[in-house]
Amino acid sequence: MNGSKQTPARLARWIVPRAVALAAALSLTSAAAVPAPEPIKIGVIGEASSVAGASITAAAQMAADDINAHGGVNGRQIEVIVYDDHSSAADAVRAFQRAATEDKVSAVIGSYISEVALAIEPWSGRLKVPFITPGAASTDISKHVHDDYAQYKYTFHGWLTSAFIAQSICDFDKDTIVKDFHAKTTVIMSEDAAWTTPLDARYEDCLPKAGLKVLDHIRFNPDTTDFTPIFNKIEGEHPDIITTGISHVGVQPTVQWHDQRVPIAMDGQSSQATTSSFWKDTNGDAEGVITATAAAPGVAVTPFTNPFTEAYTKKNGVSPSYCGYTSYDDVHIIADAIKRAGSTDPDKMVDALEKTHYVGTIGTVEFYGRDDLYTHALKYGPGLVTGSFIQWQNGKQVTIWPRAIANGKISFPAAIKTPHS
Amino acid sequence: MTTALQILVDGFAISAIYALAAVGFTLMFGVSGVLNLSHGGIMVIAAIIGWWAAGQLGLGTYGGTIVGILAGLAAAYLTYFVVVRPIQASRKIPREETEIFLLTGTLLWGIMIQVGMAALFSDNPVTIRPLIDGVVNVFGVRTPKNEIMIAAVCWIVIGLLWLLINRTRVGKSMLAASINPRGLTLLGFELSRIYFLVWSIYGTLAGIAGVLLASFLGVSTANAGQLTASAFSIVVLGGLGSVSGSLLAAFVVGYLETITAYLINPTLRPVPALLLLVLVVYLRPQGLLGRR
Repeated sequence: MNGSKQTPARLARWIVPRAVALAAALSLTSAAAVPAPEPIKIGVIGEASSVAGASITAAAQMAADDINAHGGVNGRQIEVIVYDDHSSAADAVRAFQRAATEDKVSAVIGSYISEVALAIEPWSGRLKVPFITPGAASTDISKHVHDDYAQYKYTFHGWLTSAFIAQSICDFDKDTIVKDFHAKTTVIMSEDAAWTTPLDARYEDCLPKAGLKVLDHIRFNPDTTDFTPIFNKIEGEHPDIITTGISHVGVQPTVQWHDQRVPIAMDGQSSQATTSSFWKDTNGDAEGVITATAAAPGVAVTPFTNPFTEAYTKKNGVSPSYCGYTSYDDVHIIADAIKRAGSTDPDKMVDALEKTHYVGTIGTVEFYGRDDLYTHALKYGPGLVTGSFIQWQNGKQVTIWPRAIANGKISFPAAIKTPHS
Repeated sequence: MTTALQILVDGFAISAIYALAAVGFTLMFGVSGVLNLSHGGIMVIAAIIGWWAAGQLGLGTYGGTIVGILAGLAAAYLTYFVVVRPIQASRKIPREETEIFLLTGTLLWGIMIQVGMAALFSDNPVTIRPLIDGVVNVFGVRTPKNEIMIAAVCWIVIGLLWLLINRTRVGKSMLAASINPRGLTLLGFELSRIYFLVWSIYGTLAGIAGVLLASFLGVSTANAGQLTASAFSIVVLGGLGSVSGSLLAAFVVGYLETITAYLINPTLRPVPALLLLVLVVYLRPQGLLGRR
């Protein structure tokens, strides 16, 4: 370079071959990059710092990975976009709006809290984005779809509504607690929340039919930390069993129930008890607690249950909560609907979702139709989804009902008195 | 009759924890003029770190309890050096606005603690195994032994605190600082050393209260705000800065809540105490035993 002059000719000799090479390289890379189609985006709104809610996002990502490993949907990959709503309805609505308008997702899976799902529901109608809640159970969600189908048809339940949860608990009680343990009376103990209103209404109706007289019905504030007065009151009424409806609380009543040696068994819905970390959180005080759930480790509700439970536990260190199972299934259900609809058009997706017949980890999933009372709720019954019942025994969730899939029998700690014992 | 006895026994333990948690809070205000709104957050740190050390680190209940209390103390120091001291020392903040800056600063700090702990440990409630397991009959009421021990520990700690304040030289200098800080500096006392001491006492008390609460009822990061609010209400009810007022108010609030839960409805538990607080603010703004 020293002293040499750049003449136009020399410059041309230098540039031309390089430019040709560059152009060739560019055309080659663009040729290679052409066919990657846009991924299908699914928004997942969870509660990252709550045990049940953290399962939602972790399980959804696993479902997307599985689908992508098998070639995606109609040749397109599934991309999960995760949002944290901090258990707040306002944050959830903002996340939903962002998912729909900025991130342009084709569907949203979100929340296990009924108050949050009820806040999202109208937005799924306004923004026309199909929305499945993997855990929120209030019957109001499906009632809205029934009452104003055109507006609300985009919302679906990925798990049983409260009324069916209560029904499954009554069915369980009738077949086990009443039949085997001769229980005749109960007190309902439930937190004051949107999902327990229909739960309690059905309890009041179906527990007596199952053979359990309801002696009292205690609803308490979900902010309650001291359960001593509640347990003392219940004990004074001498029921044979306590029927629970708890989700926002769980660890505290269970620990206090144990520490105070309340001699009455608890069964019903105790959502925090559905994940394996509950044992650790209660220091083992969960011994003997019974709860309804979607599925539990080691029990094959369907051939898909165990592989998912194992993969999830390996990846996350704890077993999925009930809405981990449903969230995993919901991604598959959305993918299945898009495949059948041949498009991500929301109305076509809703049509396809209504025709869902999908064998997932929790059973065979179908949704109630437009003319049913609970439109787009998950169908409950044998051969579809019945849920299962687990009891905590020596640090393990033992599945005790339905009998066909049970891997153990009900057994209460010595401090618990039942009419049978 | 049984219900009355149950109320008497159950109300006592919860009131004792309230008292322990509120005493440090009010002492700090009395001596250094700081209303620490990250109070609940500091209790939550003690409770969760205690639970974590007991179970996850395998230190057992006693080891976890000690680690939890130390965590509470460390959190109090952190609050003092990172949030409170810089605000007190800042020349950019007008003197008359220092208190409002301290309120805002500690409030935000409390929220940071709550969100941070939830991100690290989830917002699921945690419980520390009872230090003493089993139940015992008190006047025919089946009471966990742990509950009796908690009440005893609270009163012993409060008693020690009373001795420290009234019977020792450092305690008296703290008392003097609450009455006339300027006079104390003129006598050659280093105010910052007294403040540091108050924060040490406060951190220990909040740590003990947090760990005991975790072993009695269980604690979640979501409780942080509620714990601050309850300490704040007790302290206002008792009279800001008055230690004996706070003790009295803790028992008034504890028993009002327990009576409501037993006789009216568990859902309404916190309501009567809040109504009483409103009444006190109207009729006796200095609080039950306030000086002003």
